[in-house]
Amino acid sequence: MDRKKIKKLNNIAVDVRKDIVTISSSANIYHIASALSPVELLVALYFHVMHIDPNNPRWSGRDRCVLSKGHGGAALFSVLYRRGFFSRKKLETFCQNGSTLPTHPMMQSAPGVEATTGSLGHGLPIGLGMAMALRHEKRKNNVFVILSDGECDEGSVWESALYAGYHALDNLVVCIDYNKIQSFGRTAEVLDLEPLADKFRAFRWHVQEIDGHDISAITKAMEMAKKSKGNPHCIIAHTVKGRGISYMEDQLEWHYKSPQGKLLDQALRELGIQYER
Amino acid sequence: MRQAFIDTLHTLAKNDKKIILMNGDLGFSVLEDFIAAYPDRSYNMGVAEANMIGAAAGYSFEGYTVFVYSIVPFVTMRVFEQVRNDIGMQKANVKIVGVGSGFTYGQLGPTHHAVEDIALMRSIPNMTVVCPGDPAETREATKALVKMKGPAYLRIGKKGEPVVHKALTSFSLKQSILVRHGNDCALLATGNMVYAAVETAHNLKKHGIEAAVVSVPVVKPIDQKGITSICRKTGTVFTLEEHTVIGGLGSAVAELLLEQNIPVKHFYRFGVPDTFTYFAGSQEFIRRQYGLTPVQISRKILSILRSVSSRTTEDSALLRRSSQILRKR
Repeated sequence: MDRKKIKKLNNIAVDVRKDIVTISSSANIYHIASALSPVELLVALYFHVMHIDPNNPRWSGRDRCVLSKGHGGAALFSVLYRRGFFSRKKLETFCQNGSTLPTHPMMQSAPGVEATTGSLGHGLPIGLGMAMALRHEKRKNNVFVILSDGECDEGSVWESALYAGYHALDNLVVCIDYNKIQSFGRTAEVLDLEPLADKFRAFRWHVQEIDGHDISAITKAMEMAKKSKGNPHCIIAHTVKGRGISYMEDQLEWHYKSPQGKLLDQALRELGIQYER
Repeated sequence: MRQAFIDTLHTLAKNDKKIILMNGDLGFSVLEDFIAAYPDRSYNMGVAEANMIGAAAGYSFEGYTVFVYSIVPFVTMRVFEQVRNDIGMQKANVKIVGVGSGFTYGQLGPTHHAVEDIALMRSIPNMTVVCPGDPAETREATKALVKMKGPAYLRIGKKGEPVVHKALTSFSLKQSILVRHGNDCALLATGNMVYAAVETAHNLKKHGIEAAVVSVPVVKPIDQKGITSICRKTGTVFTLEEHTVIGGLGSAVAELLLEQNIPVKHFYRFGVPDTFTYFAGSQEFIRRQYGLTPVQISRKILSILRSVSSRTTEDSALLRRSSQILRKR
């Protein structure tokens, strides 16, 4: 990918972070830090890697993306809006009374949302079913599923991992948003996932580990996953919870807080200077 | 019923290439022919039901009618949230097939008894709950479920259930089925208790009581018109189900009658009391402990009609008997 494209995607990532902060703060909604960590993964998918058509969101030839970590819904909604699936006006209804955009996405939320998620451990089985159907039809589309690290505590994730590995579902790509903090503590202290890559390898997955904020590394890993056959793919994306806002980065409390007043100003200021010129 | 289900699905799958069958590592001596005929549309998902339900939903989103087959507790109770979120909430075109309704697997112990599933499945919006009463109803229900788009639960027994309908001329997911005419009372039964209702009606006839028998294969959405009409006509209503009395057919009928202001003289729910069954036994044996054989049901109905026995004493007698069995062990 050329420099220009990388710069473009990085700037979209900044836009998305600003959206997340703005819409969450105006609804006084938390889970912000969780939405900030997978931003580059989503931007890379929707603006470069996936074949999609915002004007025909149910196009059968599209690649599918399931945000299994539904608590990052603000990021998905912003990316869908910026990719042209729906309007700014709709995005601004996020978590407002009567809105179809709650924190956790619903299939009924908006065009482009592939599945209802929010309860952890549901998105991967759903994505797996889609991948099975696409394989049955001998289609070349891929299914991407974004998991959180804490979500990997769920048994259903490993039920899917076992199935996909044994049946060599190579059209399935899992991206783990590995920001190292789950709901009530650090993953290393709550229920350590390590050695995470080895676990997926043992389940017969092809595993790559990358910097989850490096657009170029992400797209390279995803392209490689699309090309390489014979195993399902796991991209372990090392990320930072609350990425982009100094006082939120790597802080558990920003799973639960919404920035207001001076903190909101500071967040938007900090994001503002992150655009690449 | 199992055989009626799979034979019907087998036939339908010949022309309907969108029919998929997933199983949770179960189906010995039932699913083999289907799998052999349609290997590319059959999936053994392993002993991993949460994944199976989610995968069934995801598969259905690609335009398929996905049947998921396992034993009732594993495919309704263990995975309740998957059924709620992945199938119900997203209106997935998935048909959950639970085998071993009630005490079909009585000898396997209470982990394998299935008496809470109707209540659970009924509580999920968008879910159609179908409990066929015999092989003929199972065949028709399977056909109807393939035609119907959206979530459904099909609760079936095992094998060798007696035939209720020699010929079933019409079947709809919207209607209950009048099996026998009668003006003195109505026996509303679902699933594998429909035959018991028919036998009960025969017993009652010997005592000069003409009982109407209505099979209610679709517990949700319930046939409001048909049920209120027969209840209004007879004024005395008994519900029969091999399911806890909490939240099943009896509850559904009670809710309906109260809300529609249908006056009834007598109302009683024949079902499983609010207890686990801490002993093994054949289906017939366990039914007997809970007063669910036609002879016991008839006796109870006669006593209600004559109003000589209070319901509470009878209930506690039943519970006493089941706990006596437990103590002996």
